[in-house]
Amino acid sequence: MSDTVGSAQISTVKSPLFREVRKGEVRRHIITLTVRNELGVLARIATLIAGKGYNIEGLSVGETHEKGISRMTLEVIGDDVIIDQVVKQLRKLIDTLKVKDLTDTPHVERELALVKVHTATPRARDEVLRLTEIFRGRIVDVSSDTYTIEITGTDDKINAFLELLKPFGIKEMARTGKVALRREGAGQEED
Amino acid sequence: MLRKGADIVIEALKEEGVEVLFGHPGGAIMEVYDALYRDGGIRHILARHEQGAGHMAEGYAKATGKVGVAMSTSGPGATNLVTAIADAYMDSVPVVFITGQVPTHLIGNDAFQEVDIVGITRPITKHNFLVKRIEDLPLIIRQAFYIARTGRPGPVLVDIPKDITQKLSDVPIPSLEEVKESLPGYKPHTEGNIQQIKRAGKLIMEAKRPVLYVGGGAVQSEAQRELVELAELMKVPVTTTNMGKGAFPELHPLALHMLGMHGTYYANMAVYNCDLLIAVGARFDDRVTGKVEEFAPQAKIIHIDIDPASISKNIVVDVPIVGDVKIVLRKLIDEIRKEGAKIIFPEDRREWIEQIERWKKLKPLTYKNSTDIIKPQFVIEQIYEATKGEAIISTGVGQHQMWSAMFYKYSFPRQFINSGGLGTMGFGFPAGIGAKIGRPEKEVFVIDGDGSFMMTMQELITAVQYKVPVKVAIINNGYLGMVRQWQELFYERRYSEVDLSVQPDFVKLAQACGAVGFRAEKPSEVREIIEEALKVQDKPVIMDFHVDREENVLPMVPAGKSYKDMILEDGKKAVEAETMYLVG
Repeated sequence: MSDTVGSAQISTVKSPLFREVRKGEVRRHIITLTVRNELGVLARIATLIAGKGYNIEGLSVGETHEKGISRMTLEVIGDDVIIDQVVKQLRKLIDTLKVKDLTDTPHVERELALVKVHTATPRARDEVLRLTEIFRGRIVDVSSDTYTIEITGTDDKINAFLELLKPFGIKEMARTGKVALRREGAGQEED
Repeated sequence: MLRKGADIVIEALKEEGVEVLFGHPGGAIMEVYDALYRDGGIRHILARHEQGAGHMAEGYAKATGKVGVAMSTSGPGATNLVTAIADAYMDSVPVVFITGQVPTHLIGNDAFQEVDIVGITRPITKHNFLVKRIEDLPLIIRQAFYIARTGRPGPVLVDIPKDITQKLSDVPIPSLEEVKESLPGYKPHTEGNIQQIKRAGKLIMEAKRPVLYVGGGAVQSEAQRELVELAELMKVPVTTTNMGKGAFPELHPLALHMLGMHGTYYANMAVYNCDLLIAVGARFDDRVTGKVEEFAPQAKIIHIDIDPASISKNIVVDVPIVGDVKIVLRKLIDEIRKEGAKIIFPEDRREWIEQIERWKKLKPLTYKNSTDIIKPQFVIEQIYEATKGEAIISTGVGQHQMWSAMFYKYSFPRQFINSGGLGTMGFGFPAGIGAKIGRPEKEVFVIDGDGSFMMTMQELITAVQYKVPVKVAIINNGYLGMVRQWQELFYERRYSEVDLSVQPDFVKLAQACGAVGFRAEKPSEVREIIEEALKVQDKPVIMDFHVDREENVLPMVPAGKSYKDMILEDGKKAVEAETMYLVG
């Protein structure tokens, strides 16, 4: 091929070079935000995440000890790189004060579940009561043929408990979604 | 003092130094228009369609650097603004949009002319507000301006229910300090991390084949002096994006002009072969990078941007610097000077500059002119010459936009106004009106396509009403030219629904509106009518240039392809891959 670029420095070289394109691992992320409790703040956050084509798997929102400031905990399954983008964009929102992806930071997380389980027989009542005690749950409502149990803990614990209750028949269930806090002394705070 | 919400709006706008509003009244915003009338202190431009008002406010903001303001009523008034809002969002244009809303007790009732404009515009505004209490009104308006103009600028919408504009309150207008304190979650980083700046300085001195890649952020922060200083000090060639035009003077010997899909051969070759790319207020848009894997494949990248979310979004960078372009460049130059401003490999740097000179000579931007048919590029060159390169150019979207980017040479920031991100056909004409209103001392040329012009041509009467002497050059090829070009190149000339040869007589249209109209059908007439148009200073002028119908915009890197797939002006491919690599 003739030297169309007109220079002796050009060599007919090698294989093409390629730029590295970041692709992250797809996994579950847990993101906490402190936000100003302004009109539409939840919609703004949800819109941003939906705009990336992701579904919010878990969400909890509640007021903090400071007036007008709420804390949210979000669970999103997604590509590390895109979640990193999401976090940066969440930080840009006017009403967010702090945003942190806790996934790789030591943190404490808890969830609460209410489970209504069939307990029509005395044996079932015994068995469920025992399981509840083992898992440090509490029975918060009783009817002639159901118990409603409150249980808190990590994902694993709640899932294990639910698994054990399945044979009795779960009638209804509600989970709060996770709340999480960074362990003190672990990693830097960011805004 | 007790006054209506509507009066508070006007008072807050004046506090922000607003001189002109672009808008269209209607039921829900009537109180504000009444207050405007009673006050008499702010000029209002009555657009004939809210979209026009929105683009005028954008053009005003882009040309002046001030915050533009567009105002409309609720419902359809607000939805008509949506395209302009999205456009301002994509191009980071500081515009405050004020919309009327149905009274608070009717919100959510599907009331007459009700639409949830805050919900609709949530993903296309930097921030938006629904005013629920009159006590919040002055603070919200000032917050809107503060958010719109600081950090990475962008559109902010304030939706005001009618009853809020009618209520009385004595709430004072807050000070700027109070505004800042009221936004604890909003703190744009402007300064840049000094360690990263030092690293960048070192890389620039050590580089053998550096290139500066400059985007709209450099225009926004008005960093031309710093850019020229850095480029000259370190002998770095400079390519600008479509949005970055004017940030670096295009007649400067180090100027490579535009890069990317319709970039110059030499800019794309330089970027492809560089070993250090210094991105300044640019965001690695797909129209710039083409196939990301093959974009500047050998280069280390320094990325200076005010928006942390723009960094490493599309491409992994080696040295990220979050900060205002002007401030960071100043520090960077200081650091480099502190280190003696030494180019470590002067021989390589000299060869690099020479290589670029050879590329420039080998494939300059060019076209085949003709004596019997008007070439679109010729029209733009003639406008350039007639205006001595001093006019502000506003364009629509399509072929004419790219020719305007290529064949007019820009020398100052805010000189080239177009819809870069959203690619809004119909942007150019109203934006040009807004630009002329903001910069009356400048000649403003709207270089438009026949397709683009027809999307917002109702604003002709607005320009006549306010005696805005914009010069509109319609590059009339009777086609939706860019779509036709793609159909020619990628769809085997199946020209599906692009023929616009049935069109108004633009000269008569101009006359019907009380504007001036000219037509050129031969190359010899082109300069003549431009000169005639320049004489008109009290009304808009339409120049209808009948150009070669099937002229293509070249060079072109097909979408998603790499620079080495660039199609040149003679229709040939740029170069085979093997010759693209310099010995490093």
